[in-house]
Amino acid sequence: MDSLKIILDWLSILAIPLILFLFLGYGYYKKVKVYEAFVEGAKEGFDVGVKIIPFLVAMLVAIAMFRASGALDVLTYILSPITRLIGMPSEVLPMALMRPLSGSGSIGVMTELMKTHGPDSLIGFMASTMFGSTETTFYVVAVYFGAINIRNTRYALPAGLLADAAGLITAVYVCRLLF
Amino acid sequence: MLNHIWLWMIVLSILIAGGSDLVHEISSKPRAQTEQTAHRNLNKDTKIGQVTSAAIDAASLAVKISFGLIGVMALWLGVMRVAEEAGMIRILARIVQPITTRLFPTIPKDHPAIGAMIMNIAANMLGLSNAATPLGLKAMEELDKLNTNKEEASNDMITFLVINTSAITLVPATAIAIRASLGSTNPQKIVIPSIIAASMATLVGITTVKLIQYYQQKRKNKQTNS
Repeated sequence: MDSLKIILDWLSILAIPLILFLFLGYGYYKKVKVYEAFVEGAKEGFDVGVKIIPFLVAMLVAIAMFRASGALDVLTYILSPITRLIGMPSEVLPMALMRPLSGSGSIGVMTELMKTHGPDSLIGFMASTMFGSTETTFYVVAVYFGAINIRNTRYALPAGLLADAAGLITAVYVCRLLF
Repeated sequence: MLNHIWLWMIVLSILIAGGSDLVHEISSKPRAQTEQTAHRNLNKDTKIGQVTSAAIDAASLAVKISFGLIGVMALWLGVMRVAEEAGMIRILARIVQPITTRLFPTIPKDHPAIGAMIMNIAANMLGLSNAATPLGLKAMEELDKLNTNKEEASNDMITFLVINTSAITLVPATAIAIRASLGSTNPQKIVIPSIIAASMATLVGITTVKLIQYYQQKRKNKQTNS
């Protein structure tokens, strides 16, 4: 396990220099005017950054209001009888609800849970597995569709949230089995 | 769909915050209230005040995040342009062709969109979030070139997005680091469970998306037939 971790750590540190070396080197070998092509591509960076602003403002404002209002507590209260049925302790429910909404918010919830229950407790394992296995779906939907100016996202968000729910519930079961 | 979810998030937070303030005001003792009214900062003491400042802060945070992305975006878009002109992206796309032709049947086999999507998924797996977002946005841009209705998300975009949000990370570095800092005896122990849970999420996500696409296609066929 430890040697695997070392390999993976090295891989993630070496990945970017390796990609730069390979891609730019191969471009040079293929007689691409590397500097000119790079600058031409990089030009689009600014446009993308500006384009996503309205989408990100809309999404982050709604999420921030939702979090500040205590709506998550209300949701936790309503949902806890259901989640108890599937074996999810009610302590980790806020984590499951926060995860698709906010990256920094779920880091906060995870840290808090591990502080009070210990990182090696069942609840600590569940919270950190949940964090490690899913993404901030709301943010990704806003940024990815915002970058190409698409307003009608159709079934993207429900499908993403369903996938999240599957991941979160699996996290609960795997942790129960393993720890 | 997003219209409803977005609206209800805002409406519910205002109702819940206002409601809890109302309950609080009514149930608190009248005498204590008169003593405190002069010193009260309504922005901080009431839920509705907190909701207001959260909304304003989030709006400026959104701009900060967007501008923060510009630098890395430019870097990766530049590298990707070089790779594209050299034909590297096409080579990448051809390697993963057996999988991608099943997931994205309508995308031409060695289209740059495939290469960008693969790079994004690989970056996500390695936990390189700085590289993953620009590469993902590049992929969306390429997918948009194939999109027939520029107002709406295409099926391929949604398939990609769902794979992306349930992304399998080989090393969930943030969670491991926090576990270690809180004195866990084995911070890496979550690696395997995380991979299992994420695989399950990906599996369910792809199945959902493919089912929806299948039934929508079926309905469309029926309409054209009748």
